[in-house]
Amino acid sequence: MSKTLIDTLTKVTCYHCGEECPTHPILHEEKPFCCEGCRTVYEILANNQMCQYYQLGKAPGQNQRKVSPEKFAWLDDQKVVQQLLDFQSENLAKVSFDIPQMHCTSCIWLLENLYQLEEGVLNTRVNFLNKKLFVSYNPQILSLRDLVVLLTTIGYEPDLKLDKLEEAKNRLSDRRLYYQLGVAGFAFGNVMLFSFPEYLGLTDPWTRQLFSWLNVILILPVIFYSGQDYLKSALNSLRIGRLNIDIPISLGILTLFSRSLFEIITHTGPGYLDSLAGLVFFLLIGKWFQQKTYAHLSFDRNYKSYFPIAANRLEGNEEVSVTLDQLMPGDTIYIRHGELIPADGLLVNGEARIDYSFVTGEKDPVEVEAKAQIYAGGRQMGGAIELLLTKKVAQSYLTQLWNDEAFQKKTSNQASKLADEVGKYFTVSILIIAVFTLIYWWGEDVRLAINAFTAVLIIACPCALALSVPFTLGNALRILARKGFYLKNTQVIEHLARIKAVIFDKTGTLTTNESKRVALHANLTLDEMAILKTMANFSAHPLSRLIVGYLEGELAEQNVATPEIKTFEELTGKGLKAQVGDMEIQLGSAEWIDPEGKTITTKEGQVYILIDDKIRGYFKVEHQYREGLAEVLDFFRKRGELYLLSGDNDRESDYLAPYFGGAQQLYFSQSPQNKLGFIREVQQNKKRGNVMMIGDGLNDAGALKQSDVGMVLAEDANHFTPASDAILSAKNFSLLPVLIRFAKGSVRLVYAAYGLAFLYNIIGLSFAVQGALSPVIAAILMPLSSVSIAIFGLISSSVLAHRLWVRKVTPVHDLTQF
Amino acid sequence: MKIIVLLIFLSLIVALGFLGAFIWAVRSGQYDDDYTPSVRMLFDDQEKKS
Repeated sequence: MSKTLIDTLTKVTCYHCGEECPTHPILHEEKPFCCEGCRTVYEILANNQMCQYYQLGKAPGQNQRKVSPEKFAWLDDQKVVQQLLDFQSENLAKVSFDIPQMHCTSCIWLLENLYQLEEGVLNTRVNFLNKKLFVSYNPQILSLRDLVVLLTTIGYEPDLKLDKLEEAKNRLSDRRLYYQLGVAGFAFGNVMLFSFPEYLGLTDPWTRQLFSWLNVILILPVIFYSGQDYLKSALNSLRIGRLNIDIPISLGILTLFSRSLFEIITHTGPGYLDSLAGLVFFLLIGKWFQQKTYAHLSFDRNYKSYFPIAANRLEGNEEVSVTLDQLMPGDTIYIRHGELIPADGLLVNGEARIDYSFVTGEKDPVEVEAKAQIYAGGRQMGGAIELLLTKKVAQSYLTQLWNDEAFQKKTSNQASKLADEVGKYFTVSILIIAVFTLIYWWGEDVRLAINAFTAVLIIACPCALALSVPFTLGNALRILARKGFYLKNTQVIEHLARIKAVIFDKTGTLTTNESKRVALHANLTLDEMAILKTMANFSAHPLSRLIVGYLEGELAEQNVATPEIKTFEELTGKGLKAQVGDMEIQLGSAEWIDPEGKTITTKEGQVYILIDDKIRGYFKVEHQYREGLAEVLDFFRKRGELYLLSGDNDRESDYLAPYFGGAQQLYFSQSPQNKLGFIREVQQNKKRGNVMMIGDGLNDAGALKQSDVGMVLAEDANHFTPASDAILSAKNFSLLPVLIRFAKGSVRLVYAAYGLAFLYNIIGLSFAVQGALSPVIAAILMPLSSVSIAIFGLISSSVLAHRLWVRKVTPVHDLTQF
Repeated sequence: MKIIVLLIFLSLIVALGFLGAFIWAVRSGQYDDDYTPSVRMLFDDQEKKS
């Protein structure tokens, strides 16, 4: 009786997609395929001599079992087409698609050789890291719809969602940093070159003047183009009266510049322009290093990233494809199997089984009665239905969530809290030292006093300080990505290090994807099992579906005749009742089968079988909790507060309570609004320390946003990730404690780097307060400190990661895997 | 000494040329994706037989 659902002995994998084949795979040219779709793709490629696809990677294809090209009918609408195209002329159209399925070298090859498959395609280019495909095609030969269908047939369905229409084409801003870096690097090299003769005392007055003025010309774009962000940021924070790290930086830049200019004009010296160029250059390198993000993982998605662009509206007897913004209350729309409900409405026609996993995280489909309300965000799992809309898309229940103020919360700028905090004290103490130096020398020599004063400001410019965070935490970010943790930016590491309360959302986060396991505790004949299966098949109750799934596995290849059911009745909240022949069978809850509780003692998660008034046994249905759950929860409980905030009912309260340290930590039947409010409350009670929310559903979106660190646990990052700060590959769940330790360690390393930076500053200041800071010393000390801080940050965080990860870890080899 | 001035100017012009090349490279999108080209160059060209 303990046969598992999948018979693991017969493992034939599909030649195309690599998934397991059914018992009788489709054979084509002696290659096994799991389904017709995969075979078709193979055939298309084989006919075009494109089988190189299969040599570049083993079974590189996408599973083809769920393709329905009809759903792209809305792409015939010229208005939609125009919004999607990047460029359009008579013979040439350009379009870019997001293709989340691309994952390997074969994908790149196939997509870039698309022109061999379809004449109308002129040229295709892949941007693998962003999972984008740029296509040029001839609209005379090929329509956009055909192009999308073609991509879908070969397994690369473009991600065409509502937000695609609004997507601003702002790629230029990404390149700005490169330009700034290029200009700064160019100027740095040349200014150094022009300063050399001066340092070595090789020049006569005429060439000295020439070089100095050349330097001034070169430095202008460095300050006002490359360094403009620092100046602007400093100005802004002065305006709102807050000190941040950019203020001492800007102060340093401006002092360096004015002092150098003064020296050059008065012929008293060469100035510090090379140090200035180097400073900006190193700062920008730090910024660039920190900024590298994983563009294909989107941390800022909202519902628009999931909604389709168009829906099918019924006009008379005709189906017309219209964009979502045209849908009005009172319209009737047609939803096919697998389609998303775009707006709240009433079920008019058809059998609705709605999968709200998108909204609630709960995977079991919900049966909806005729005339009942269906909410936006659900996915229809049954056949086609007709829906009478009651709300506009923007006013539906789901979209309302996004109007909460948590989403209006201004996203704080990239600046590091840690650096700003330190920068605050730093600025104050530097100013004090500078003023003190000024006063000290004023009595003796005014010139020397001003000299020493500016020297303090110059040497104290916190270049090394400003580089600690980018290099240490930036490197930590990359290391984490290799381990399967994707953080939005380096700030998240700082937040993680201060986590004091952790809140779990149950569905999906504590349970695995194949979350429920059914076991049969009864001695039944095969015929009896067949009867149970047939009667459970009549019911759409989640438990019935599970039992059917289990019995199908048990009865596979057993050759049992399907019994004829005479009567069938489903009693809500109780169970199923059926008559077969002269047998009477009941399947249901303990309370119903055995009302007096004579024979049944345990009741939770068990479905009892009653045949002819005899209790024959039960099906046990249990959640599978994630591996390492106990250790992870234990870790958090010892270090702070731990809560569970679930949208489900409390049937598993008893089981979960010990993990969480008592039932008072568990909150069930929470609405999205409740969750949001709860997190705010915890945050207010906790003056110091952060709140982390770990969730996965769209119903958590508000809570994820409100918490200091919103973490999403994803089985597949392409599949579903609401707006969050961190995405954690689900198989690495047990490593959460390591992640927290690493974050804490990294922040400590930043402090160590600060210590190093202060050491340099003390050396520099000792020259400066004496008024003895020559340009050569500055030119040596500043790059030296910057480079050594960068190296320290890189090496120390790598060593830390290595130490923490000595334990066996499932590595994610490259970011394409996730 | 004069020759150094000349050389310095020449070097500045060369450096400006490189800066221009860099800006052109960024503008043409070469820094947008630093992974795919490394894979693309390994693909064999093949002639379509049919």
